[in-house]
Amino acid sequence: MDVWAPLSDAHRAWVAELREKLQAQGVEIRDDTGSALLPAHLWQVTPQDWERVAREAHRLQARWAGLWLDDLGNGRLCASAALVKHGGVLVLRTHLEPPDLSLPSHAHAFPAADRIERHAADLFGVVFEGHPDPRRWTRHQAWAPDSFPLRKSFPAAGHPTPGTPPDAGYPFLASSSPEVYEIPVGPVHAGIIEPGHFRFLAVGETVLNLEERLGYVHKGVEKIAEGRDPESVARLAGRVSGDSTVAHAWAACMAMEQAVGTVIPLRAFRLRGILSERERIANHLGDIGAICNDVGFPFANYQFSRLREQWLRDNAAWFGHRLLMDLVVPGGVAHDLSETGAQAMRDSLTALRRELDELRPILDSNHSLQDRLVAAGHLSLETARALGCLGYVGRASGFDTDLRRERPYAPYDEVNVPAVVRSEGDVAARLSVRYDELYASLAIIEQLLDRLHPGPVLAELPRAARAAEGIGLVEGWRGEILSYIRFDDNGRVARFYPRDPSVFNWPALEQLVHGNIVPDFPLCNKSVNGSYSGHDL
Amino acid sequence: MKSILLKIARIGVVTEPARPYSDQELEELGTELRTVIDQRFRRSLAIRQVDAGSCNGCELEIHALNNAFYDLERYGVHFVASPRHADLLLVTGPVSRHMQHALKATYEATPDPKWIIAVGTCAVDGGEFGVSYASLGAIENVIPVDVVIPGCPPTPLTLLRGLLAFLTRREPQPGTTRRVIR
Repeated sequence: MDVWAPLSDAHRAWVAELREKLQAQGVEIRDDTGSALLPAHLWQVTPQDWERVAREAHRLQARWAGLWLDDLGNGRLCASAALVKHGGVLVLRTHLEPPDLSLPSHAHAFPAADRIERHAADLFGVVFEGHPDPRRWTRHQAWAPDSFPLRKSFPAAGHPTPGTPPDAGYPFLASSSPEVYEIPVGPVHAGIIEPGHFRFLAVGETVLNLEERLGYVHKGVEKIAEGRDPESVARLAGRVSGDSTVAHAWAACMAMEQAVGTVIPLRAFRLRGILSERERIANHLGDIGAICNDVGFPFANYQFSRLREQWLRDNAAWFGHRLLMDLVVPGGVAHDLSETGAQAMRDSLTALRRELDELRPILDSNHSLQDRLVAAGHLSLETARALGCLGYVGRASGFDTDLRRERPYAPYDEVNVPAVVRSEGDVAARLSVRYDELYASLAIIEQLLDRLHPGPVLAELPRAARAAEGIGLVEGWRGEILSYIRFDDNGRVARFYPRDPSVFNWPALEQLVHGNIVPDFPLCNKSVNGSYSGHDL
Repeated sequence: MKSILLKIARIGVVTEPARPYSDQELEELGTELRTVIDQRFRRSLAIRQVDAGSCNGCELEIHALNNAFYDLERYGVHFVASPRHADLLLVTGPVSRHMQHALKATYEATPDPKWIIAVGTCAVDGGEFGVSYASLGAIENVIPVDVVIPGCPPTPLTLLRGLLAFLTRREPQPGTTRRVIR
């Protein structure tokens, strides 16, 4: 069987049109038909044509979905960018030879590329020519500006000094007006939450501008993945962002399984689907309660945190881990679901649906709650599209992306995934999308349980061929996760790049908070709920 | 409003006594904890949580301590918004080098006497991330640590046990170890 549903005719037509337009401009495209970079297809272009392809793809309304570099040794770098249209992925690739390690920036055509290019610049030392914002991003003060941790010549241990100084001197946007005051927040926040810095420019209570400064939890995930075996990389992937442990582990395993050409057992696909939907439900339940709590409606927090806790205890009972960590492993899943567990899960789905039916009208008819949620934190469709927003952040603004529907990967090809899209773009819409996704996920789990026929759940992963590579694409609860893996000559991982959806959703927060009052920032932030760890890597 | 009240009445209080989770000893610990907090902390223990670089898994479970099932506040334990209000820092890791200064500053802003609990395997020994150009590994590589609660992440029950064990100065419960660094 194939992991991926066949490419749509619409995508093929789109690729053909893009090729035609580019060739008319004299762009030389080399197809890498022999590549194992499934499910994407791969185009090799020259660095000079790198931006022209992006501009043309932008004109043809592609979505920019990520960029990763790779050190091939002897100073040679390889850059790959992912463009998505109609569910199909086109990977654009080019090689950089020293001494000219520069590449025209994609960020003018696709603002989504802004921070990923800055991340790549900090870690590889590539200069993105014409980038609209050449400030450092992931680098604070832990390594020197002229050293680049993801070059192979840079040791994983680095050259640390005993004390890393604070990141003072980062040039934030400032105002010279005496009417405008600055509010610095973080990196250590008031709640039980990850660290990051926010710099507000405010006039009275109104937010004039918000600038995020992230990178505080940069843990060198990409570097420390080098040299690991597949099992170890899956464990690391499961800790890129703890709340998305299933989705990240799945994406990494999918990339490795693609690279070695293994198709996992059918039951393992279905179990992965169940685990992933359970992760979605757990996070949505917790966040719906927390969003209501942020506007002083603790009733909802009490109810939804209760439902989440019951859900997590069920996870522990049926799969052995409350957050489902380390269950998705290369070749399948590490823990099967028993027959009694499957039956108990069915009962719990019915019970949760009944609770949701009862709570929904309470939320919808509470005027003081709706008064705070409706029209707060508005994100327009244009902005969502330009930033490439993913998951519920995009879908609540009418920017509809969902891999499970656009190009289903197993097991989503055999279930019905309802479209949950709204157009209002405010906090209420993001909450509403997540509420409806709870129902959608319950229905998906039911369908997968119906198909959970007995069988093996784990296949052996053969040793990877030299330089084998693959990408994994998974619709996590925050949105699409893209994982790239390349093996070295010894069956170990030479390059791992997990692109969390938060990378595209964090910039949306800067935009949607404009004109809101400072006290509504926690509400706006929670309604997006970007992962700091998944972003910072 | 009627539906809210009905729902509240029907669900009732789900907060569980410590007993169902564990044995007689934990129940005793709960009672003792209350006594210790009443005596030594004037009925209130203030905790400041600091994420020094975690993957956010530990935060999810620390959050759960506040849900209705565990209801940490019933023991007189509550999470505060500033280290200046805190008796105890609950720190998750590993410590990223970019958070080294902020963690130290938070530690220094906490008034004496203060205690530090390192939560999660990464906070204990660096876990999956270890020590690298970007990570300093264990919390004790940056600030003194009194107690460690390993786990990836530790469950709310393990966290509760670790906290109780620390406060009652008992020998550690299974799943927790105790190390007084200072």
